[in-house]
Amino acid sequence: MSKNLLHVENVTMQFGGVVAVNNLTLDVCEGEIVSLIGPNGAVKTTAFNVVTGVYEPTNGLVSFDGKTIIESFPRGKMKKAYAGENRGMYTHRIVRTPDKITKLGIARTFQNIRLFKSMTVFENVLVAMHMRKKSNLFTATFMLNYKEERAMRAEVEHLLSEVGLLDVRDELATSLPYGMQRRLEIARALATKPTLLLLDEPAAGMNPQETDELTAFIRYIRDKFGVTIFMIEHHMNLVMDISDRIYVIDFGKLIAHGTPEEIQNNEVVIKAYLGGSDDV
Amino acid sequence: MNKKRVCTLVDVLVIVLLFALIAFADTKLNSFDILAKILQKGAVFALIAVSMNLLNGFTGLFSLGQAGFMLLGAYTYAIFTIPTTEDRLAVYKYYTMTMADGTETGGLVQFALPVAAAILLAGLVAAVFAFFIGLPVLRLKSDYLAIATLGFAEILRAICQWKGLGVLTNGSNQLRKYPYFKSILPYFLISGVCIAIIALLIRSTYGRAFKAIRDDEVAAEAMGINLTKHKMIAFVTSSFFAGVGGALFAMYQNTIQAKPFTTTLTYEILLIVVIGGIGSISGSVIASFLYIACSEWWLRFLDADGVIPGVTRNGFRLVVFSAVIMIIVLFFRRGIMGDKELSTYRLLGGLTPKKKKEVSGK
Repeated sequence: MSKNLLHVENVTMQFGGVVAVNNLTLDVCEGEIVSLIGPNGAVKTTAFNVVTGVYEPTNGLVSFDGKTIIESFPRGKMKKAYAGENRGMYTHRIVRTPDKITKLGIARTFQNIRLFKSMTVFENVLVAMHMRKKSNLFTATFMLNYKEERAMRAEVEHLLSEVGLLDVRDELATSLPYGMQRRLEIARALATKPTLLLLDEPAAGMNPQETDELTAFIRYIRDKFGVTIFMIEHHMNLVMDISDRIYVIDFGKLIAHGTPEEIQNNEVVIKAYLGGSDDV
Repeated sequence: MNKKRVCTLVDVLVIVLLFALIAFADTKLNSFDILAKILQKGAVFALIAVSMNLLNGFTGLFSLGQAGFMLLGAYTYAIFTIPTTEDRLAVYKYYTMTMADGTETGGLVQFALPVAAAILLAGLVAAVFAFFIGLPVLRLKSDYLAIATLGFAEILRAICQWKGLGVLTNGSNQLRKYPYFKSILPYFLISGVCIAIIALLIRSTYGRAFKAIRDDEVAAEAMGINLTKHKMIAFVTSSFFAGVGGALFAMYQNTIQAKPFTTTLTYEILLIVVIGGIGSISGSVIASFLYIACSEWWLRFLDADGVIPGVTRNGFRLVVFSAVIMIIVLFFRRGIMGDKELSTYRLLGGLTPKKKKEVSGK
């Protein structure tokens, strides 16, 4: 097995008295496509939000590329209210805002598409270049960074041509058909040059044909950009087709993990989620 | 691409021509002419409106502190430019200080800066205050941010009127006798340069980051944009130019006092921004001149008795003006320009029929 890229360890996320994510441990290795599945309300997106720094976990640790990026333990009100496991196992507090996480090389897309509405396709991707700029406020304002700006634009153009969106570069992002908006969101995430790409229900609301295209597209970007992919998805065809490994969670708890075949034949998973093998 | 370049050249030419026209007008108008006053005030308010648009329209931060930063700019300029000791003594007559050698002097500041340096300092003081106000305030969102900035602006005004700072601010008395431009051109030049800088900032990579924050904060952060830092940059820059605008406003008024820098002034500027179009620099500039001309000049005739017998009287123009604004807000919600910019390219593009949009859904 190749190098372990993302390591989530004993992550518990508690909101008030509700334990949303309960002691979640999972690993994503370099070059893999890993899926996270589970019924509605299984807090898959919450798990993503913990990894990307949107929420600070109540307890637990996340490491990326061998380095601890997020760590927390029950503090303040949670000291008393904490209902999860492994109390006292973590003693440091490391928090990072989402932009810092992105800079480390974890990019993400969103369940409900979040494109920049007033911008064109080209500008949407160009924004992602901002975080790697070398210019400062002064040089950028007075266009002394024109070389960098030109390089940025060339890079975006190249990226758009690779994902097949160059024809629509000057269209408003929101005027694109749904499938292309999804693709644009993935392209925008790729523009931050991630090593790990988190896709939150990329096939949500897509018809079978679009889903097939997406399946091919995800494989294509994995090979082309060398990114590791960790995704949440409900389309079982898609999940079983491209995943190397699958994690199943229900009510915030990991109930199974394994290869697609193992998951399809797992009694617990069938009971909790798949609901009968003929469905798969 | 080439056509675009030609159009930009035309834009630049038109702007240069406008400035030439202003320079020409300077030779014809005396400084008390209503047109001269309108143009001066219009230029000043254009700068302040654009600075507010940078925050409200381009970064999506609904801030209402502009009057406070104008006040800081205006006071900084006035305090540091009163030229001679005699003038200072006359201005600060209630706040004189006795020196070691027994002579009486007015106020705390005993020197005068050159005009250009004082204008720059006005902007810097506003920017520094903005930084410290921004630290707590920028954590808030939408309405809460508006209320907090509004509060800070009012606090600044109250502090300026405070007796304890009288040696600096002259309490609630006027500051006067500082140098000011009599002609129109300097207002246009300073305001023009500042607006150009803001426009350049907005079209730079930072401007794109601001717009990303406006469109979707969560997505912007996921794209590696540091929200705190970029909101602060927008807030401080906007306040800097509001401070410079305040200094120009002080010049335009000849005398300055904390009293007019109320929330009403902020609303007036907000109105200009809304009428011009939230997210449009050229819109703000156009709206500023229209607004000032309307409120101070074009509707003046309604103040005379007997234009419509029994109806028009002193102050009636304000009634009509309010009605006009209501109509604009009701029927032109996106303002004059929406979020577009006025340019030759767009004007020409507007004349030729638009190409049909084709999006291939491959």
